[in-house]
Amino acid sequence: MTTPTNRPDPADNTTPPGDLQVSGHHRQLSPAEVAAMEEKIRKIEFAISLVLRIGVILSVSVIGVGLGVMFYHHGDYTSLTGHVSYKTLTSRSTPFPHTLGQLRTSLAHGEGRGIIVLGVFLLILTPILRVAVGVISFLYEKDVPMALITLFVLIVLIGSFFLAGV
Amino acid sequence: MTPLLFVVSLALISVAAGVLGSLVGLGGGVVIVPVLTLVYGVNIRLAIGASIVSVIATSSGAAAAYVRERMTNLRAGMFLEVATTTGAVSGAYLATLLPERFLFAFFGVVLAYSSVITYRKRHEDHLLTVSHDRIANYFNLHGSYYDAAEGREITYKVAGTRLGLFLMYIAGLVSALLGIGSGALKVPAMDSAMHLPMKVSTATSNFMIGVTAAASAGVYFIRGQIDPIIAAPVAAGVLLGATFGARVLGRITSRTIRLLFVGVLVIISLEMLQKGLLP
Repeated sequence: MTTPTNRPDPADNTTPPGDLQVSGHHRQLSPAEVAAMEEKIRKIEFAISLVLRIGVILSVSVIGVGLGVMFYHHGDYTSLTGHVSYKTLTSRSTPFPHTLGQLRTSLAHGEGRGIIVLGVFLLILTPILRVAVGVISFLYEKDVPMALITLFVLIVLIGSFFLAGV
Repeated sequence: MTPLLFVVSLALISVAAGVLGSLVGLGGGVVIVPVLTLVYGVNIRLAIGASIVSVIATSSGAAAAYVRERMTNLRAGMFLEVATTTGAVSGAYLATLLPERFLFAFFGVVLAYSSVITYRKRHEDHLLTVSHDRIANYFNLHGSYYDAAEGREITYKVAGTRLGLFLMYIAGLVSALLGIGSGALKVPAMDSAMHLPMKVSTATSNFMIGVTAAASAGVYFIRGQIDPIIAAPVAAGVLLGATFGARVLGRITSRTIRLLFVGVLVIISLEMLQKGLLP
């Protein structure tokens, strides 16, 4: 993608402000508007990075608890030289919860693997929640085009779970 | 090997996968899938399920830091997610229609080509000071970041959004179809087609791959491909590694990141060609 050389550079001071040399934009932003724009982006960045950190810490803690519970219930898993092979837990026929109903039953029985699946679920939900926070942030900053774009992404994401039949 | 040894060793490997994945913007799946299938003899379907978990973990773990350090182009990332999520959802339902071997062979060739392109322009970021791209200007997708390796603020303009959107759709499609390769197409799309700086491209790819993976995670969950005893050490290890990787990206030069990316891309393309061409 090359820049046509016959067009004036809007960054150049000789171009009058408000000139429509840059296509698709209403006009050049003034320095104050640029600063306000950057301030908005900073706030959104902070909200999003906070959501990601909370999601990550929460899910890794739940997964850790689940692993602990699993090893506590199955003493034979923890020996270093025992006869129990990990392959009994990683074969295609290994039972583990993979519907929400099974997950609920497994959690009700206090099974470690159920708690781990719950933690993984929280991990999967983190990016979705991040998109939701994006929608709210863009609306709050009155950036309607970006809010609509992000809302579309959120709908597709939620739809993907319904389509999968979770 | 007992379950405890399995969990501990896999967690350690996952830390390394998280560091590499967060630096090059590809997620940890590149390392996790071959390790699980070749070293541990895990079924490929379960390995791909673990890969999806590792991609989400790399993305969320690294993005938390990248976004804070302004390395990610948030607006461009969220804008392009329109194409990746749509691609991922359509891919999940095309999976039964398209022959997998052909897809592996085809994308093996595509990635080999894009690794050559990336290698040939390893010396420079070809940044724009002005953009005539209507979409990029309308949504104001341009940005700037502080490059710690060069010690200065770098401002850049975004162009080529149409081509970028198309490549992102393909990236989402491939991610859902093959379980790998989503970041491998996202980084060149931003670096080459849209003129983002290399480090911004990998950080933004990192930001996006979690959402792309989440769009197909529901399907993998229902199909019973997310095995908790594999997912637990992978998620925990990758999160730790990605958090560390995100801290060092700023201090590494773009050239090093690009070479690292090319190396990983060559390996993925060979893996794909092998799956597509060998019996």
